[in-house]
Amino acid sequence: MTTPRTLFDRIWASHAVVERDDGYTLLYIDRHLMHDGSAGCFGLLHERGLPLRRPDRSFGTPDHFVASGGAGPLEPLRRRALEQMTDNAARHGFTMFDLGDARQGIAHVVGPEQGVTQPGLTMVCGDSHTSTHGALGALAFGIGQSEVAHVMATQCLWQRRPKSMRIRIEGRAPAGVVAKDMALALIARIGAGGATGHVIEYAGEAVRALTIEGRLTLCNMSIEAGARAGMVAPDEITIDYLRGRPYAPQGADLEKAEAHWRALVTDEGAVFDREVTLDAAALAPMVTWGVSPEDALPVDGRIPDPAAAADQAAGDGMRRTLDYMGLTPGEAIESIEVDRVFIGSCTNSRIEDLRAAALVAKGRKTVRPAWVVPGSGLVKRQAEAEGLDAVFREAGFEWREPGCSMCVGMNGDTGRPGERIASTTNRNFQGRQGQGVRTHLVSPAMAAAAAVEGRFTDVRRLLA
Amino acid sequence: MDAFTTLRAPAMPINAANVDTDQIIPARYLARGREAQREACFHDLRFDRDGTLRPDFPMNRPVYADARILVAGRNFGCGSSRESAVTTLVDNGFRAFVAPSFGDIFLNNCFQNGALPVRLPTERVEALLAALEASPGAELSVDLPSQTVTGPDGVEDGFEIDGFRKDCLLRGVDVIDLTLSHAAQIAAFEARQSQEVGWLDRLPTA
Ligand code: SF4
Repeated sequence: MTTPRTLFDRIWASHAVVERDDGYTLLYIDRHLMHDGSAGCFGLLHERGLPLRRPDRSFGTPDHFVASGGAGPLEPLRRRALEQMTDNAARHGFTMFDLGDARQGIAHVVGPEQGVTQPGLTMVCGDSHTSTHGALGALAFGIGQSEVAHVMATQCLWQRRPKSMRIRIEGRAPAGVVAKDMALALIARIGAGGATGHVIEYAGEAVRALTIEGRLTLCNMSIEAGARAGMVAPDEITIDYLRGRPYAPQGADLEKAEAHWRALVTDEGAVFDREVTLDAAALAPMVTWGVSPEDALPVDGRIPDPAAAADQAAGDGMRRTLDYMGLTPGEAIESIEVDRVFIGSCTNSRIEDLRAAALVAKGRKTVRPAWVVPGSGLVKRQAEAEGLDAVFREAGFEWREPGCSMCVGMNGDTGRPGERIASTTNRNFQGRQGQGVRTHLVSPAMAAAAAVEGRFTDVRRLLA
Repeated sequence: MDAFTTLRAPAMPINAANVDTDQIIPARYLARGREAQREACFHDLRFDRDGTLRPDFPMNRPVYADARILVAGRNFGCGSSRESAVTTLVDNGFRAFVAPSFGDIFLNNCFQNGALPVRLPTERVEALLAALEASPGAELSVDLPSQTVTGPDGVEDGFEIDGFRKDCLLRGVDVIDLTLSHAAQIAAFEARQSQEVGWLDRLPTA
């Protein structure tokens, strides 16, 4: 009998090019995604006079530097980054979904949408949220710029085998509890470094019940628990999602691919280095209150008291956090007023996210400035075909152009110092959305609820 | 890449957990050149919103002007993959980082830039932080060949590092060159993959 293997084991074994005695593996990378922030890596390649080894395995789309306000004049530095990328696409011949192409958008939205992301692939991108693509059963992880240049030159990476962790989310999530809430509840439980050095496989009834878009949200947040990657074994939902996507296999290829994908399972009895189980039925909509995604609470919770912290250092840290966030111990989450609302990012800017937010927005009025930034041109087009843009506009939301936008303060879309933002993004770090900005992470429906109520509100009441 | 062997230098304490790469270098500096990024190191912790220097932040204290080692709480360098988080620290003189744990990508990025991340047990890091805060400017010794760190108290701790990483750092190996020496194996892998999952080679033509 052969040893039971995990999904991860299968992908790893089928991509090992060289295995060294010291535990390092030269891992082949099937697909490399590039964004405008990694455009500078071409410089490292050119310095050495090396070609891009596999332009056919490389895909690019600008997202980080793109302003969501549409075609305005760009700051020179940002314009240069965008131009560099376009020039390099022409020079090296990789596939580029450029500005003006409806397929342009956030790399982690575009990859799955185009079928570039597939089960069993190894994928990298010079961006930590590359873990997103694991939702389709790929092994996908973020790398730094030097490693990007390494992949450009060699299509490989030296990797030490990571540890494995299985997170089962069992039972059924109550109405109003979505993938974002599962991710935040998980990180609150295991900590922002709780999965460091591990690749997570998400399993269990509640994960199986998620759509691909929900799984993308869940895997996206894996890095916020410190994980190298997050993945979900492919199933019929995955295969249905991929059929007909432009870069997914077609015709006879598709038949072969489906058989290959169906074999990508974790065997009964396979052993993980760590197992964590969450009960979906016990979850509620989540809101973060601090400056790490681990600082998350159910919406009916109260701001914790530093005096009750485990030790002095933890208490001091919490005091600094509350000071930055402008919050007092004991305050009810639902009493916290927000200044603005942002719906977007690679975590929550897909069509189902927008539908969920629109359901709350419909027939209501925003009382705070609120933006909706679709994850790609195609998401935007689909939302407009469904009339969601009209719903948002009538409710007072701004309907903007695809990109990372206010998820990261580097493209001109930022909050003002001291502003409190209900945000569907993935990082509530200090200054992430602009210097001094206070970010609270929530799901799209919870963000929409905050926009119409002006404070955090249990969205389940609005939907009842 | 610069090699790393041993380093004895003043160490700067950052007594906080989860210091993310957005704090090490805010995103708004990422399109800037390396010199501008060097100046932006820990920008929002070093400056108030109105641009005044925060005298209490360690990097603003003259006593740490020559610090080349940084000691921090758990999960240092978590978050965004931006390699500038490592290069801005390296360009400010820091070549070794000591913490109970690091963000994975930050850790990898260190090795690409001749910097050494050292993981020590939480209690030991806490003791080092306390010692450094008690006597600002105190020195630490980091010895990569023998894999040890010696604190201001003279106590020596061993640390773990992969043989591969250690060797690359000690010799300042260029990893791209190393990988290109395996070109034949990479080509053989690609040929085999084209047989097995050939659809990956076929892109839509339209
Ligand atoms: S949306 Fe935010 S987290 Fe996602 S890739 Fe863009 S900047 Fe990074």
